[in-house]
Formats: sequence, structure tokens, C-alpha cells
Amino acid sequence: MSVDPNPPETAVVEHVVVARRGGAREWVRTNLFRTPLDAAMTIVFGLVGGYVLYRFLRFVLVTGRWTIVKRNLSLYLKGQWPDGDLWRLVVAGMIIGAGAGLVAGYIGGVRDRSGLYPAPPSGWRRVREISLRLWPLIALVVGLLLLSTTIGPWVTVLLVLVSIAVGRAVGERLPDGAALILAAGLVAAAVFLVWFLTRALGWDGWGGMILNVYLAVISITLCFPLGVLLALGRRSEFPIVRGIATVYIEGFRGLPLLPLLLMANVALGFFVPQSLTPGKVVRAIIIFTLFTAAYIAEIVRGGLQSVPRGQFEAARALGLSPITTTFRIVLPQALRNVIPAIVGQFISLFKDTTLAGAAMGFTDLLSAASASTKQSDFQGQGVFAEAGVFVLLLFWVGSYTMSRESQRLESRLGVGER
Amino acid sequence: MLAWVFQFAVLAIVLAIVAWLVNNVRVNSSEQNIPTGFAFLDQPAGFEIPGNSFRQSQSVSAAIYQGFLNTLRVALAGIVLATILGVAVGVGRLTTNWVVRTICKVYVEVLRNIPLPGIVSFVYLGVVLAMPRTQDSWKLGPLVVANVRGVSVPWVTGSFLRFVLVLLAASAATYAVRRWRLAVNARTGEPAKVGWWAVPVFVLVAFWGAVLVGNGVTTPELEGRLTTGGMTFQPEYFALLVSLVIYTASHIAEIVRGSIQAVPKGQVEAAGALALGSWQRLRFVVLPQAFRIALPAFGNQYLNLMKNSSLGFLISYFDLTKVVSTSIGNRSPAVPAYLLLMVIYLAISLTIAGVVNFTNRRLQLVTR
Repeated sequence: MSVDPNPPETAVVEHVVVARRGGAREWVRTNLFRTPLDAAMTIVFGLVGGYVLYRFLRFVLVTGRWTIVKRNLSLYLKGQWPDGDLWRLVVAGMIIGAGAGLVAGYIGGVRDRSGLYPAPPSGWRRVREISLRLWPLIALVVGLLLLSTTIGPWVTVLLVLVSIAVGRAVGERLPDGAALILAAGLVAAAVFLVWFLTRALGWDGWGGMILNVYLAVISITLCFPLGVLLALGRRSEFPIVRGIATVYIEGFRGLPLLPLLLMANVALGFFVPQSLTPGKVVRAIIIFTLFTAAYIAEIVRGGLQSVPRGQFEAARALGLSPITTTFRIVLPQALRNVIPAIVGQFISLFKDTTLAGAAMGFTDLLSAASASTKQSDFQGQGVFAEAGVFVLLLFWVGSYTMSRESQRLESRLGVGER
Repeated sequence: MLAWVFQFAVLAIVLAIVAWLVNNVRVNSSEQNIPTGFAFLDQPAGFEIPGNSFRQSQSVSAAIYQGFLNTLRVALAGIVLATILGVAVGVGRLTTNWVVRTICKVYVEVLRNIPLPGIVSFVYLGVVLAMPRTQDSWKLGPLVVANVRGVSVPWVTGSFLRFVLVLLAASAATYAVRRWRLAVNARTGEPAKVGWWAVPVFVLVAFWGAVLVGNGVTTPELEGRLTTGGMTFQPEYFALLVSLVIYTASHIAEIVRGSIQAVPKGQVEAAGALALGSWQRLRFVVLPQAFRIALPAFGNQYLNLMKNSSLGFLISYFDLTKVVSTSIGNRSPAVPAYLLLMVIYLAISLTIAGVVNFTNRRLQLVTR
């Protein structure tokens, strides 16, 4: 289905135009003082909201004792990562940036060549569009850079930006059929990164925000195949397979994550021979994978249901085997439809990784924040609010940016069209 | 035929994995001399539960029962409060008032995107424990006394069970009045004005019923360093409840907004064409349909809230998770204790899911 670049003017558009034509007074009347009740609500909520905003700004700018954040910035971000191996993080950032650039460039290139979509804006309008979209991330990165005392972070950010740009430029020139090769390359890069990064510091030595990101990325990658298998199992015609998949999915969906992690911390060693007892980070990854697979399975099942039955029947009529039909016809369409929901699941996994720190005692971002309030300089001064606000801000920027980008991805992939 | 061979092969693999795990537990436990049975439930617990008359000498199973009650206490209160706040914020996002709309939007976008464990730690360490000492408690007339020892609010005296029964009776009376007014409206065409009748009836019946069965009101008072009267919520309970409510409400608000927007626009326009006012359009046309769309998602949020109440562990609120972990720290065997914990959570989850599914089936439109 093609999209008309100039959609017909709708009632909504007219409404906006009318409101704007009325000028500021008209806007104030319709949006703030429509009725007496409305006016009362505006005043009451305006006062309450203004007071909260005032207290918050006062806390951020005047009363907050931010020394704790400045002093512990590197602990929050990278834990006890050895200084001699910092270059590995820089290289990892460049690889991830280049991968993200490749994907974005590839999608953009395919859209451009299809000729169905209006061309992206260029020059300053493009800069403006990107900064409107990513303002929390940009503001955070700039803020962190200003807090840093060395040149290293500046160079890192610059290198990552350059590799994003290079990735984008290469991605735009990839031919249309390169999706599979691109995916394989990304998986290979991920495997390489795991090997590359764990050479610096054994898994259990990780800490800070990189641990949260790392746990979330590894777990979502591992749980994906399991989730797809469970979804297929739950929709299978075989009653025993269906039963097993259903029990697994409903069982894990009915359990809270924190007790599972606590159990893994204390009792996982009992379930495997003693020679195989895994380390703490591996335990956390096992639990996150098993747990999230149940949710991914439900998402993929929704995607499978969204593929019209005619697709399956047509493929069967062409003489394709059930397995070929599933993996070449139905699954690709289903998975395209569920990418945004999977990003949503990734966001909640990213947020849930803070549980691992609390349950298993490694210093992830949140635990690092509470640990830093117990340092001798800050003990007993009640500075948890400062450390907590900063850490929550990091999480907020990450989750908010990802959820906004996934909404954008949804429209760019044309989910719901065709 | 081949299909059945395949199915039994899958079943055999799954059973083999389960058997391997069970066998590992047995071997490892016997090597370390740790019992695998449930005999530990009758041992004395050996720890105390704050804010509770539970004694150390009582059994582990009694401790788990107290933890179960604590989980229910925070989950039920949380479900009620999160629904109220979430619906208010969700409707607020759709009002024409720019101030209300913006506040609701910021609320949702902020709280939905930060991790709940962070909210719990922040509310507990940064807000509740940062409250003033008892000497300089923070007071709001006779309604609230808040200090580092907890938050006190007015409460009923006398038997709380009787008070709940009185409230149920008042609800029944209100329902009867509503039916009567609707019948009058149908017979004579006189406006039903359910609200004008129902609210006074509810208040009157509840008030005089409570007086009759001997309930009274107690307000929190500050006497020196002690808060007397009223109902005092422990800091842990209060922090956990507040965190769960504000977090879940942000998700409920999005559900409410989405469901209201999912009601076809033609419905509102048709109601307008029938000369229904804005309140009537909302009450009789939009909300009933939106509610039907929202119900399964609400059920999911209630489930999440119940499961998230396990975060009480982080701030030492003695819910199920904290009680079981503490008891394992006191030499209860880990594997059976955690398995029991999982079974209890699963049972609560399935109960909530069952109630939601039942309501959902009753409310779904019957179509072809």
C-alpha cells in the first residue's frame, strides 16, 4: 500500500488551524478557562504543579549536595572496570554505534529506494528533528561530559559518533536483500563483544550501568529463540507439546522475578552438579532468560495470530511443507509485527536488571548508588536522594529514549499496514 | 503416527531434564546433609516480624502465614489506590485543560520509565526515612501525623470486621435505592438523579450503622514523643504501598487513555446527535465500552502489582518473600522453602487471573 505524501486535510488539522488563528487569548480560553470549574482546576493544579517544580528545581540547583555524584560518577557508570582496559569499552561503544548506524541506515536506504515515503529533511531541519527526538539523551551525555575531569570521555563520545555516521553511510548503500546478512553480522559482533569484554574482567567483577545494559542485552538475545519455540509450541496442533509450552508460559508469568533471583542466588547450585555451579552473573542471566522467554513467547504468539490464515493456507497449497511454511512464510511476517513489543519487553528487562543487584549482591547501578551513600565521606548525611535521583535519571533517559525510538520504528516498519 | 513419536520424544526430553534437576537436588542435599522435605515448617521460626505480635517460638508455617497476610495487605490496598489514581490520571490526560493534561503527561512519562526497585529504594531511603523525628512531626490538622516512625491517619475504633459489614450493608442499600430510582424513571419519566439519592443514602446508612454496632473514630495525636490514636502505618509498609501505587497507576493511566481513545469516534458523535450532554456521553456511552476494552489489561496490572509487592524484600517489609528468605537465613532448607514460596505466589496469581477472566467473560459482548 502506498502512502500519499500529501494526506487530505482532516477535521483535526482544521481544528488546529482554527485554534492557532485565534491567537494566544483564544488558546488560553479554550485550554485553561473554558468553564468556571476548568478555571478552578487550572489554578489549583497550576499552583500544586508549580510548587513541585519549584521544589524540584531548588533541589537540583540549590540544596542538592551533588559531590557524591561527581565523586562516584565512574563507579555508577562502569563499576570497578580496570583503567588499563578502558579502551575495550571504547571499542565496544564504537562497535555498538556502528551496528546501530548500519541498521538505521539500511532501513532508511530501503525506504528511500522504495520511493513510497517522503524524503527525510536535510541540513538544519534534520539536526532540529534529531535533537527534538533525542533531547533527553543529548542533554544527559553533554551533562556527563561537563562533569568529567579528563579528556577520555570526550574522545569516546566523538569516536562513537563517528562510527555511527560511518555505519549509517555504509548501511544506506547496502542492497535491499542484505537484511539476513546484516542480522548474522550483528549476532557475530555480539558474540565477539562478549568474548572481547570478558577478557578484561571476569563476569562477576562487573558493576555499574554497564552491568545493567550487559545483563539486559545478553538475556534478551538468549531468550529470543526459546520464546519463539515456546510460542510455536503453544500454537502447535500437538496436544502434549501445547500442554508443555502452556504450563511453562503461564507458570513463569505467574511468578514474581525477585524471589526467582533470590532462589537462583541461594538454591540454583542445588539443581546442577557441583562441578557445574555457575557464577553469579551467569545465574542472573539464566533466570532473566527463562523468565523473559515466557513473555516473549506471548508477544510472538500475538504476532503469529496477526498473520492472516490465508498466508498459511496459500503456502500449503503451493506444496510447501509445514516447517518451511512456518519458518519462511509465517514467522517473518509475525516477527516484523512484534518488533516494537519486543523493544518494550527489552525496556522492562533493562529496568528489572536492578533487581539482580539487590537479590544477588553485585554492584549494579542502583546498588552502587546505595553503596556510595555508605562511603565514609557521605555516611549518615542523608544524601540518598541525590544519588537516587541521578541513578533514576540515567534509567529514565535510557528507557524513555528506547520507547520513543520504538514507536518511531513501528511507523517506519509499517506495522499494521498491508 | 510420526506426530505422536515426536510428541513423546519432546515429553521424554522435558521429563528427563526435570528428573535430572530433581536428582541433582537430592544428591547435593544429601552430600551437604540438608533435608529436602517440608518438616522445617513445624520448627520454631526463630525471628520476629516487626509490627506484629508474632513470637520467635511460633512455627515457620505460622510465619509464612503472617507473610501471606502482609502481602495481601499491601497488594489489596495497592490495587484499590492504584486504580483510583490511575483512572484519574488517565482521564486527566484527555481533558481540554492544558495544565491538568501536562501534569498527567509528565507524571506518566516519568514514572513509567524508571525501574520500580529504584522507586522503592528512593521512597523509603530518600523520603520516608528522611521524614522529621517524632518531636517535630509533620502534621496536617487532625488528619495526618507523619514522622520517621511511620504515618498515622484517622481510623475506626471497635471491631474492624463489623465496620466492613456495615459498609457492605450501606452498599446494598445504595444499590437498592439506585434500582428504585431507575424504576421510577422508567415508569413516570421523572429524572432518575441516582447520584442525588445514592450518595446521601450511603453516607447515612454507613454512619448510623457504624454508630449502632459500636464503631467510633480515632484521630492521631502527638503526645511528646509518641503518636497515640489513629492508625499508624509502619514506614516500610507505607513506602512500599506508595511506590507500588504511583508506579502501577502510571501504567493504568496509559491503559485508561488507550481504551477511551479506542472507543470509535462515531459513538461519541452519535451520542452528541442524540443530545446527550458531555457527562452523559462519558457515563453512558464511552466509559462502558472503554471499560470492556480495558478490563484484561487492568487484570494484568493487578497481577503485576501483586508480584511486585515482593519488592518489600528490598526494604525489609515482611511480606512472603522476606519471611521465607529470613527463615532460610535461620536454617530452613532453601530448595523446599523457595519451591513453597513459588507455589503460593502461583496460587495467588492464578486466583487473580481467574477472577479477571470470569469478570471478563461476563462482560464481553456476545457476538456471532
